[in-house]
Amino acid sequence: MIRKFALILALVLALPAVVHAVEPDEVLSDPALEARAREVGKGLRCVVCQNQSIDDSNSELARDMRILVRERIKAGDSNQDVMDYMVDRYGDFVLLDPPFKAETLVLWIGPGVIAVLGMFGLVMMFRRRTTTRGAQEVVSGVRAEPLSDAERRRLDELLKD
Amino acid sequence: MRRFIYLIPLAVLVVVGIFSIMQLKQVSGGKAVNILPSVLINREIPPFDLAPIQGRDRGFGSKDLLGQVTIVNLFGSWCVACQVEHPFLVKVKEKGLVPIYGIDWREKDPTAGPKWLARYGDPYTLVGNDPDSKAAIAFGVTGAPESFIVDQKGIIRYKHIGPITPKVWDQTLWPLIQELRKP
Repeated sequence: MIRKFALILALVLALPAVVHAVEPDEVLSDPALEARAREVGKGLRCVVCQNQSIDDSNSELARDMRILVRERIKAGDSNQDVMDYMVDRYGDFVLLDPPFKAETLVLWIGPGVIAVLGMFGLVMMFRRRTTTRGAQEVVSGVRAEPLSDAERRRLDELLKD
Repeated sequence: MRRFIYLIPLAVLVVVGIFSIMQLKQVSGGKAVNILPSVLINREIPPFDLAPIQGRDRGFGSKDLLGQVTIVNLFGSWCVACQVEHPFLVKVKEKGLVPIYGIDWREKDPTAGPKWLARYGDPYTLVGNDPDSKAAIAFGVTGAPESFIVDQKGIIRYKHIGPITPKVWDQTLWPLIQELRKP
């Protein structure tokens, strides 16, 4: 019983990994070539939906691109040849993993630079908070001073209610 | 000095704000800003050879485009925006301004393209059938309609995404075509 349940669970867990938009009639009969086509397809952006790979997209253009990938692989192209073919027509944009070069420098470096700046800012803030002034002062912007007699009387009155 | 640190976020915000306003201006000016850059500009047309659509005896290929300035227009009977630009293309044909070559893209029904042209008029010198996106992918197309201006030597000089409107024609396409025709 438990073994059966475990088996079903394992199958269910394995399911999402095999869900693709790739339709049965597209699949190549040679499993090795099909595996390469999947490898290529995973790295190519669907230019219609823009945030999916062509393997995940149901758009018609993505389907035609998948078929083209398979045709070229069958014709003897290497994975890189197929990628180059697409980049030649759609630019680096078609790659889900854009190459590191001058035009993409900001894309790659930008987030890191922002993170480092943010971290630097945080460190500065905490250092100032712990060394130069009291915590209260940083939060309120007012130096904490003992209550005056009038203030104490008012406070007592308020607390009585 | 320390006070200026607090102004940095404000400065960043101002820069982002100015950038956003500029983008908005472009959108309200009728310019699409999500255009994917075309890497094919100033490069030779990709080699292709398309079969004719049903009922015609000639398609066309890259060789047909040599020797004169042409427009290659990608359309489909399923494409609503294509209907929008179509009457204008028919007018261009009537005036004999520039030969337009049509790529009938992704028709599920092979009779749909010819029927559509019979109904709305045929502005094309030649029409090729592209049911499986061979030519569309070769041209790096992402949607229809898209139009390419190709010069005498078969070099792609311009790519227009979306319907050709009188404004786009007067401001961009026609001046460019005349420029390219100069010897």
